[in-house]
Amino acid sequence: MPGRFADYVLDSVNEHMSFLEMLDVLNEELMNRDEDPVEFDYDCREGICGSCNLMVNGQAHGPRRLTAVCQLHMREYNHGDTIVIEPWRASSFPIIKDLVVDRSSLDRIIAKGGYISTKSGSAPEANAIPIEKLISDESMDYAACIGCGACVAACPNSSASLFTAAKISQLNILPQGDTERKIRTTTMVDQMEAEGFGDCSNHAECEAVCPKGISITSIAQMRKDYMKAVFA
Amino acid sequence: MILDAKIPEGPLEEKWTNHIKNINLVSPANKRKMSVIVVGTGLAGASAAASLAELGYEVKAFCIQDSARRAHSIAAQGGINAAKNYPNDGDSIYRLFYDTIKGGDYRAREANVFRLAQVSNNIIDQAVSQGVPFAREYSGLLSNRSFGGAQVSRTFYARGQTGQQLMLGAYQAMMRMVGAGKITYYPRHEMMDVVTVEGKARGIVTRNLVSGKIESHAAHAVLLCTGGYGNVYYLSTNAKNSNVTAAWRAHKRGALFANPSFVQIHPTCIPVSGDYQSKLTLMSESLRNDGRVWVPKAKGDKRHPNDIPDNERYYYLEELYPSFGNLVPRDVASRNAKMVCDDGHGVGETGLAVYLDFADAIKRDSREAVEARYGNLFEMYERITDENPYNQPMRIYPAVHYTMGGLWVDYNLMTNVPGLYALGEANFSDHGGNRLGASALMQGLADGYFVIPYTIGDYLAGERTSSFSTENPEFKQVEKDVQERIDKIFNVKGKQTILDFHRRLGKMVWDNVGIMRNAKDLEKAIEEFRALRAEFWSDVKIPGKANNYNKYLEFGLRVADFLELAELMAIDALDRDESAGCHLREEHVTPEGEALRNDKDYAYVAAWKTNNVNGKLDVELVKEELKFEFVELKQRSYK
Repeated sequence: MPGRFADYVLDSVNEHMSFLEMLDVLNEELMNRDEDPVEFDYDCREGICGSCNLMVNGQAHGPRRLTAVCQLHMREYNHGDTIVIEPWRASSFPIIKDLVVDRSSLDRIIAKGGYISTKSGSAPEANAIPIEKLISDESMDYAACIGCGACVAACPNSSASLFTAAKISQLNILPQGDTERKIRTTTMVDQMEAEGFGDCSNHAECEAVCPKGISITSIAQMRKDYMKAVFA
Repeated sequence: MILDAKIPEGPLEEKWTNHIKNINLVSPANKRKMSVIVVGTGLAGASAAASLAELGYEVKAFCIQDSARRAHSIAAQGGINAAKNYPNDGDSIYRLFYDTIKGGDYRAREANVFRLAQVSNNIIDQAVSQGVPFAREYSGLLSNRSFGGAQVSRTFYARGQTGQQLMLGAYQAMMRMVGAGKITYYPRHEMMDVVTVEGKARGIVTRNLVSGKIESHAAHAVLLCTGGYGNVYYLSTNAKNSNVTAAWRAHKRGALFANPSFVQIHPTCIPVSGDYQSKLTLMSESLRNDGRVWVPKAKGDKRHPNDIPDNERYYYLEELYPSFGNLVPRDVASRNAKMVCDDGHGVGETGLAVYLDFADAIKRDSREAVEARYGNLFEMYERITDENPYNQPMRIYPAVHYTMGGLWVDYNLMTNVPGLYALGEANFSDHGGNRLGASALMQGLADGYFVIPYTIGDYLAGERTSSFSTENPEFKQVEKDVQERIDKIFNVKGKQTILDFHRRLGKMVWDNVGIMRNAKDLEKAIEEFRALRAEFWSDVKIPGKANNYNKYLEFGLRVADFLELAELMAIDALDRDESAGCHLREEHVTPEGEALRNDKDYAYVAAWKTNNVNGKLDVELVKEELKFEFVELKQRSYK
């Protein structure tokens, strides 16, 4: 369903407001004029739930590095600026309404192997398997993904490679995740393709916009593991 | 009405193990024929959904977010407690139990809290096996840190994102079962009401938040894992969509609501900056390990904090509580912050803030060491305030964070409505009058991974032959009730937005049922809540339509429920004519200004039944007397 742009003028913005609070103010004004508010997704407003998803002047999550749009503040802008806001753009994220999109494709990728198959109650003692600190820290770097989909929105191919690779890498480099390494990698990558996401051609736009700074080394890890799984 | 908590007999250490030995089981073949609805997919809901599906039950999981992973458990920062005693500093299951009971100011059930401590270690094992990247030492073994209210280091953590990592572990376990076809998954669905058939919970009615469609879902049991009600205050650290509706709807169908006035105000949040503010951001309590809390000794001192010499600073927590210092429990820290600010020592533009200073920690351990511990929190602070906490102290102020009150449950986590369970923050059971830091993650996961998988079988074993479906007239009736409620709110067609009402409600609750309470203000607040509710139903404006995505309709219906809950909170706070934990009645303080309990008259759980809401709440108080067989009730002291 094709969308359209609408122009709004806001006078009551100050520099301490967050970007989403600015949109709250806009919506209050619209409702007070008996117009429909602009729908957008949000929840925690502290950069961790991954709900918010706005293209701001063509950049996923706006201009500030390592910052989800809910943590962007209006002090980034000057009085009189025009700001263009769009939803995530990717055919695998169909539009629901206004700025709200459907990202359930990411859930379906996780459901295909983004886990370690351990049943509740079956775990060994936590310290039974020591993990080298550097490996554990690297795993945490990948695990920081908030699943917002900015990587997809920024990618010229609309690839979900960074999202998928971050989960694959987090789990594959841990001793606990090693057993399912091959099956996890192939099924998740296949699902990514089945959802209509494009492939990676090393633009690295994803890393540039990722609010958690997840590195594309994860994509290298994913490819290495995929090759090993397919050819070994 | 008499409440039976169903606490097993026997010594404290054996209650849970004996209970497991004696309760009924459902055979694997029969589990496949039994269904369970799980509402909410935070730590409690996701872990319960995963665990029950692994056992073989047919599970339906619902959440209001677009993905289960976004539930607000994701935002917990600091850590999760367990009695592993890896640091060899004298921890034990008993000590974790004791600290939790004492931290809760002796208003929690002994048996529940002991069980929580018992299963705490399994949670760490479980999470590590799921690939949760907890912090580790160079040895490759797990690292611990200390938290408020304890003198041992028992907190496991994953940088400042422990909640996120545990949440993703539970979410992934759940998605594994979604992939296996054992869980039917309903994101962007809100539970609007619970359905009972012949007195037993048999399902729910939901609203599809995308299409607006009202739908019925039937099951042999219903688990509410829907979190707390901190957003009744409008400004809180909760996510914007966190709400009380599922629990409140269940309450209005007969489930008792326990200790609603027990609300935790977290001491270390970023202060309010203006009236457009939509939420408050927490800075993890773990910061108090290294940060020193102070205010200027001189009232109204407007100098830059770095220009105020040490001897002109009042390190009030260190001076007043020498043995716990900056690590006193949350309620004590919050109350003291409010008192020094009320006394004129507050800092920042509004005067409603105190300093949390890392200069000494940076001098002692190096900037790199502090960055390794709290880097992401410091970044978050700077992003919001535009001030660099490496160079000047943070400004912090208390904010509503967690609600200890919730649906009353027995030892099996079942409410007084058969087949209706409440897990995690949605229930009242383990934290008494105050929750210790790093205990919420522990409780949510304990309930979901290690309690409900056992206790639900005891009930379901007796339900094998029951027959019901969404075709039952009870479902049709509840669907009709839900539709009428939606029509009613649209038909008000008033002038004020939902936000107008929510802000006003929030301020009333904060002012009167906040950090300090007194009978006079509570009585006044009860009248104010009634008046505001009447105004809401005659002047609220809901935009858009009911049959598509409409966030303001969702908010409108939730605020309507908060307006009723607020009155019950004030009624409860008024009834509890003592101070306990976070509930400080100004009439009841020790000469040193600490909370003064009255164990003779108030050692009970206040479980409320709301019969009717007609201008005012028509309520009944049902008491569950708390029996302390294993710990001695003492005046809590952190001096």
